[in-house]
Amino acid sequence: MRPIFGIGALAHDSHFSLGWVLGSTLLVWAGPAQIILISTLGSGATAVQAAIAVTVSAIRLFPMVVSVLPLMKTPKTRRRHLVLVTHFIAVTLWVECYRLLPKVPRERRIAFTHGLGCGLVSVCMVATTLGYGLAANLPPLFAAAILLLTPLAFLLSTARNCRQISDVLALVLGLALFPLISMLHTGVDILISGVTAGTIAYGVHWWRERGHA
Amino acid sequence: MSEFFGSPHALLILVLAGFLPNEIWRMAGLWFGAGVDEGSEVLIWVRAVATAILAGVIAQILVQPPGALAGVPDWLRYGAVAAGLAMFMLTRRSIFAGVVAGEVILLAGKWWLG
Repeated sequence: MRPIFGIGALAHDSHFSLGWVLGSTLLVWAGPAQIILISTLGSGATAVQAAIAVTVSAIRLFPMVVSVLPLMKTPKTRRRHLVLVTHFIAVTLWVECYRLLPKVPRERRIAFTHGLGCGLVSVCMVATTLGYGLAANLPPLFAAAILLLTPLAFLLSTARNCRQISDVLALVLGLALFPLISMLHTGVDILISGVTAGTIAYGVHWWRERGHA
Repeated sequence: MSEFFGSPHALLILVLAGFLPNEIWRMAGLWFGAGVDEGSEVLIWVRAVATAILAGVIAQILVQPPGALAGVPDWLRYGAVAAGLAMFMLTRRSIFAGVVAGEVILLAGKWWLG
């Protein structure tokens, strides 16, 4: 919610149209990917460079889908029944499914998730529009404050989702490496710093596991 | 309507660079997910890289700020985020308290600078 509000403002200040950013909320439905898309395209990267960065960042959706779908399956569930549910899966829905689905009878969970997903998308579309409109009409002081919501909320929600040493290291190294790598002006700076920092973080995790084994 | 949605070219980029890259991984999870162990080493690496990419995006917005945020001095942007992070830690990981603290520092600092 808070990040999506900032995404509308970010899109406005990066010169995207309102329809475009609403389309991105509906179709992309993943805050980090939207921000990567808007900020890479806005800073002059080509569509191919943006697509590569978004594709790599979106890999994290794979484990989310894998872990949440078993909560909804019944012996009668067909794969096509789960297509829309799968589209709705992003960080917010993933967290809410773990919290809410145990209270819902199993055979009704797909319908429940469809309702939850539609509701979340609707609220986020309104928030996107509000953020966009506010960035367009507010004095610079408040417009700056709305733009700060995105990095601030993402930093803190990522920090809260850190479960292992590798997650914490990836966050810290990723923040520290980007300013250095951005000096190279490769167009895929985010990708290079992300894969490097993530792999170092994983390496430390691997080395520690091995040390304890 | 074209003003609302932007050029067809921009919409095409949205679908090719925004929609498909995400949907591919979701649908891959739906089709091939049954045999994947949630705690596997590959997924730990995937999560670390995804986290680091997100960290890079956060850093990019702070280091190369868009629009109105560029009018805020560097030290104030970094200071506001640091204050938000500190409040987040102090309040046992309350995102709300952290965001409010960061925003208050930014607004107060900018107001004080005039």
